[in-house]
Amino acid sequence: MERDDIIEYSLDTHHDEATGVQLRKKIWKVTALLTIITIVEVALGAFIKQSSTLWELVKWSFIALTLVKAAYIVLIFMHLGDEKKTLKYVILLPYLVFIIYLIFILITEGNAVHTALKAIGF
Amino acid sequence: MSNHNETQNDSATTWGGKVSPFSTSYGKLMMWFFLVSDALTFGGLLIAYGFTRHACQVAWPIGEETFNSLPFLGHGYPLLYVALMTFILIVSSVTMVLAVEAGHRMDKKGVQKWMLATIVGGLFFVGSQAWEWYHFIHGSEFGKIELADGSKAIVKGHFGEIKDFTVVEAGKHHHKGAVIKEDLLHQFHHAIEHGKLKNDTITLHDGSKALVHRAKDEHVVLVIKEDGLKYKTGQHVEKGADKMYHEVINSGTPHRVIYGANLKANEYGPTQYAQFFFFITGFHGFHVFSGVVFNFLIFLKVVEGRYHRRGHYEMVEKTGLYWHFVDLVWVFVFTFFYLV
Repeated sequence: MERDDIIEYSLDTHHDEATGVQLRKKIWKVTALLTIITIVEVALGAFIKQSSTLWELVKWSFIALTLVKAAYIVLIFMHLGDEKKTLKYVILLPYLVFIIYLIFILITEGNAVHTALKAIGF
Repeated sequence: MSNHNETQNDSATTWGGKVSPFSTSYGKLMMWFFLVSDALTFGGLLIAYGFTRHACQVAWPIGEETFNSLPFLGHGYPLLYVALMTFILIVSSVTMVLAVEAGHRMDKKGVQKWMLATIVGGLFFVGSQAWEWYHFIHGSEFGKIELADGSKAIVKGHFGEIKDFTVVEAGKHHHKGAVIKEDLLHQFHHAIEHGKLKNDTITLHDGSKALVHRAKDEHVVLVIKEDGLKYKTGQHVEKGADKMYHEVINSGTPHRVIYGANLKANEYGPTQYAQFFFFITGFHGFHVFSGVVFNFLIFLKVVEGRYHRRGHYEMVEKTGLYWHFVDLVWVFVFTFFYLV
């Protein structure tokens, strides 16, 4: 069954050559940005060791840069930025709420387990 | 792209319920829902990894120490290969967007070209991952050793090259005085793991004994990964390290040295480390592989001209969503497994 055939939303996304040129320009810009971020990450990782006093800062910048990359992939490459606002929130909000909760609860628990193991001499 | 809000709803444009939620097609919406659930799976896995890591703390291996090899060039290139893999996957994501964009212009040739590039990029990535697994499973030349005080340490430094084995006591295959020059490292590792190296004399699998001619190890440093009576986790031992290493491998006791990784033990850190590595990168690799298969199937239909006849290339967009998702997951795996 190919219901897609009769739904004209699928045709909404068509565009002409002029728009195409613009879109491609945007795509290449994002590509350059993602590449630069990856290079920066590897350079930071190669030059600043985990024993360094700067490591905390580096670690958090890794996480921040990763979120920037993820945002570009989801909003530009996956076109979520072009979808309706409601769709955007239906996709992102439940996920973020759940995952932030999970990160919080499990990292807290992980640290507690570490303390407990240490107390009994592991 | 921005004119969704102005779209008129009529019976031909709606799903069965006469209204299309979010002004998007059924297939695309379902792909999004699937991706959210799949993202929760990966999120759960990575958070479980974080949990275990926080429970183990300093004993956990450092990514750049574990992954520091390049094909054909050997060790000493921390994270470069995995960065290259990341780059390949990002580029294949870009070629996928370009395929989607070409589809929006009904440019069949463009879609074909960019989808093919995406498939090639995907195959490169899967191949790289296979290489990475091979390396991870086989491990370093030194391995992880158990010291006399019960602590466990990974070994850094320059491994003295094995020149040959000279047979000093004949066995079933080798006669006395024979010089063995093949598969040396593998036999050497195997013997040490089974406690068959003593006084630099190796007992080979045919029962013959041979003297190992090996260059001296240089710049040996022991990094303690598990507490013992004398050494504590995180400590770096330099003084007398090569002597200690030599003693351990020559102790003739089995299982004091671990090479590479399997699900029970690994030379890098806690057992869970390798388990998470295999499961998370394996699960992701499986996604990449299925993505390549989906892309290939869609590519065949593009070539056949089905979507051109249909009037739109939305199937390319849908498989594209999946492909970008695979890239998205890798961005997080890269950060949490390799970088931090």
